[in-house]
Amino acid sequence: MITFENVSKRYLTKQALTDVSISIPTGKIIGLVGSNGSGKSTFMKMIAGLVSPSKGNVMIDQELTSRRTANKVAYLSELDAYYSFFSVKETIHFFATQFQDFDIEKAHEIIDFMEVDINQKVKHLSKGNRGRLKIALTLAREVPIILMDEPLSGLDPMVRDSIVKGLLSFIDLEKQTVIITTHEVTEIEPLLEMVIAIRNGKVLALEDVETIRERDRMRIVDWLKKLYLEEA
Amino acid sequence: MGEEFNPSKPIYLQLVDRISWEIIKGERKTGEKLPSVREMAIQSGVNPNTVSRTYNELERMEIVETKRGQGTFVTEQKEKLIQLREQLKINHIQNFIEEMKQMGFSSEDMIDGIRTYVTNEKENQS
Repeated sequence: MITFENVSKRYLTKQALTDVSISIPTGKIIGLVGSNGSGKSTFMKMIAGLVSPSKGNVMIDQELTSRRTANKVAYLSELDAYYSFFSVKETIHFFATQFQDFDIEKAHEIIDFMEVDINQKVKHLSKGNRGRLKIALTLAREVPIILMDEPLSGLDPMVRDSIVKGLLSFIDLEKQTVIITTHEVTEIEPLLEMVIAIRNGKVLALEDVETIRERDRMRIVDWLKKLYLEEA
Repeated sequence: MGEEFNPSKPIYLQLVDRISWEIIKGERKTGEKLPSVREMAIQSGVNPNTVSRTYNELERMEIVETKRGQGTFVTEQKEKLIQLREQLKINHIQNFIEEMKQMGFSSEDMIDGIRTYVTNEKENQS
């Protein structure tokens, strides 16, 4: 379980998170939604142990997050951070040397499933195939927490579809929790079991998506708009 | 991407409706194995936990049976499927009547309307 206790984060000029307290349940696919600059990436990076709080605690299974807890978290960042002169195959092998929990066989299986040519150089991959490679590298790690920051952004519908199918095929919700940020929230709404709404560095709600449909009769986007209006 | 869902009704119930409908139409036969939870999740682009919930609900309705280690199957008890068909009929009628009432039609208007419609349809076919 991931727990935030009164967490604040201040960068030089900007308050990124303000007094966030939340417990995130395990075994679910959770959407993290909010407008640009609302603190989503900071929230994710704290779970990944890449950013430490100015105040408060972030814990995974009661252990403070740090580089040490990074072995529990696979983090897909918004940015591409691969060696472009590697082939897909070499990239997979490089990742296997970086992470003890990396399952090479699974990585190959996912790459196969997504129909990416394993011998292509990364720099020659289309944007869509780079997106697929990132997913494969993230899902091939045998870790309890998977974080995906904008995995669908800028990709065409076919690629988005194959990424969603890949995710559904290769995660194990009995052992894993997935947190996704995306601007295409309507598109992946059926995929999400819960959603966290965030605004100006504050967590507004953690809610079951089926409850939003049943009680509020709304899409997540409309629910988020409603929350934003109530807070404003 | 997957399929469209109505945003004002839980997806697990929409999947229950869809699968019931497929069974009644004979697209899924008695005794037939349903896709595994994961397969169904991938096919419909839906969260696996939502699919599990759908299967649990179908099981509670006794339309499907889960056999340990083998999967989930459409029931072979014909009477359960007849009940389901009746239930779907009643649901459809209820929806129809509610909407017609909202438009201000009386019960007689509705019955007349249906009779005329069905007669016209028969004449057009012959």
